[in-house]
Amino acid sequence: MKKSKSFWVFLVLSIIAYSVIQYLITYQIIDSLYSNMIILITINIILAVSLHLVIGITGQFSIGHAGFLAVGAYVSAIVTMKFQLPFPVAIIAGGVVAALAGLLVGIPTLRLRGDYLAIATLGFAEIIRIFFLNIDYVGGAAGMQVSHLTTWTSAFICLFITILVIVNFTNSRHGRAAISIRENEIAADAMGINTTYYKVAAFAIGSLFAGIAGALQAHNFYIISPTNFGFLKSFDILIFVVLGGLGSLSGSVIAAVFLTIVSTYLQDYPSTRMIIYSLVLVIVMLYRPKGLMGTLEITDLFKRKGGGPNDKK
Amino acid sequence: MTKNDGLLQVKGAGIQFGGLKAVSEINMELNRGELIGLIGPNGAGKTTTFNMLTGVYAPTEGEIFFAGKKLKGLKPYQVTRRGISRTFQNIRLFNELTVLDNVKVAYHSLAKHSMLSSIFRLPSHFAGEREMEEKSIEFLKIFQLERYKDEKAKNLPYGQQRRLEIARALAAGPQLLLLDEPAAGMNPQETHELMELIAFIRKQFDLTILLIEHDMPLVMGICERIYVLDHGQLIAEGTPDVIRNHPKVIEAYLGEEVAE
Repeated sequence: MKKSKSFWVFLVLSIIAYSVIQYLITYQIIDSLYSNMIILITINIILAVSLHLVIGITGQFSIGHAGFLAVGAYVSAIVTMKFQLPFPVAIIAGGVVAALAGLLVGIPTLRLRGDYLAIATLGFAEIIRIFFLNIDYVGGAAGMQVSHLTTWTSAFICLFITILVIVNFTNSRHGRAAISIRENEIAADAMGINTTYYKVAAFAIGSLFAGIAGALQAHNFYIISPTNFGFLKSFDILIFVVLGGLGSLSGSVIAAVFLTIVSTYLQDYPSTRMIIYSLVLVIVMLYRPKGLMGTLEITDLFKRKGGGPNDKK
Repeated sequence: MTKNDGLLQVKGAGIQFGGLKAVSEINMELNRGELIGLIGPNGAGKTTTFNMLTGVYAPTEGEIFFAGKKLKGLKPYQVTRRGISRTFQNIRLFNELTVLDNVKVAYHSLAKHSMLSSIFRLPSHFAGEREMEEKSIEFLKIFQLERYKDEKAKNLPYGQQRRLEIARALAAGPQLLLLDEPAAGMNPQETHELMELIAFIRKQFDLTILLIEHDMPLVMGICERIYVLDHGQLIAEGTPDVIRNHPKVIEAYLGEEVAE
């Protein structure tokens, strides 16, 4: 029963966080720069958490996440701009098509391991980008105009669902199967786990949420173009996961928040921006080589301090 | 005892990597309830034989039948679901998972709740997880590992890791258990405990066991029959007494007597 108790705590905390920020935005206590940064943070958290499922949980080193972000962005933009359908439909369509793309890419590539998988996913992401670059229907290299529809409310709902689904997946026999693949694929196989199935499933779920993040991002920036989805974007997402600590969901969330804030503030210093950003990364990796959180979750920290359920028994 | 009740039949199985014959013409017959040893010098092909039985490598020749059905072409996880599970020569635990979760992973394919039921936290998820938890704890109790259940597997002492690996293999619900050098790196005391454990689980779970081992007192002490491999071929088969005095076995281990 302690699982459902932590769910209610999570729900209450999220509602409080949502209301506070909604209040700040409605009464314009924070200006559009900050409200935009908050939406950007939300999108980045969704991306980080979805890639965390693939790399941190299942242990499949994919560096093509921007490809699925692009699929979600373009598909959702087509749904709202060309078919004039409502935004929620666009979000769902973006997610579903990205998940299908994830299946399509995942089934052949997830047979590969380590560096080979990384190169293959990188390649597929580039193929997706070039594909959109050459389609005149979506504006080609010039990009596509998209109306601004993303609000704090829609971004927050997507974030909430993302975290809930990924946490629920992780804390079940399916999540354990995925972790066992990360820990030792040969042993997982020998214990009766269909490793290919779980790798592809995790990859597809990760792509689904990357697609949703793409939909939010497309409707936040007024314009999308293929240059937004290059492999540097994939590395940005990868950095969230690695810096947060491989295998730690709260780590990826914290890293996404931290790095988004850092890079937003550094926009005032365009000439030194990338130098400082890189220095921050180097310093964190020097002092916390396993990432900010290691493999721990935020909830583990509370357990130690307050004497968690394990201590009582 | 139900003798002549064949559980595993290996008929002329062999495996070739490119031009290299790793093992060839392996003929084995395991009856239900037997405890069989597989010995041989280093590099004789013992672990390759295990990998062939568990689907890690597909045999390039011959056939393998388990409980009357062909095993050839099945993936390792399918072989495990048919009822063969194994341990590894170099321990392969899920290090970052707790002891309890290690056993739960093995119990995975026996649980039924779907991925969607877990994501939406439907009642079947809770029922399924609770059952897994109870069964896994039961398993840990049998192996006296219960007090370590929330410990990460990598933090266990070596002997307990070996024990956990056997517990995990059994949680997958096998009829045939393959143990790859279970006593490697153990001291005499631990080896003795292991022998007792093997005898115990065999009775408790009604198992057939095939084990690879270099520790001769252990093999001779508990195995009913022994197969001897050398250079990828079976050179002898029989009871411990027969094997001990078999000229080919002595030759394989000690070398040929020099003619004067």
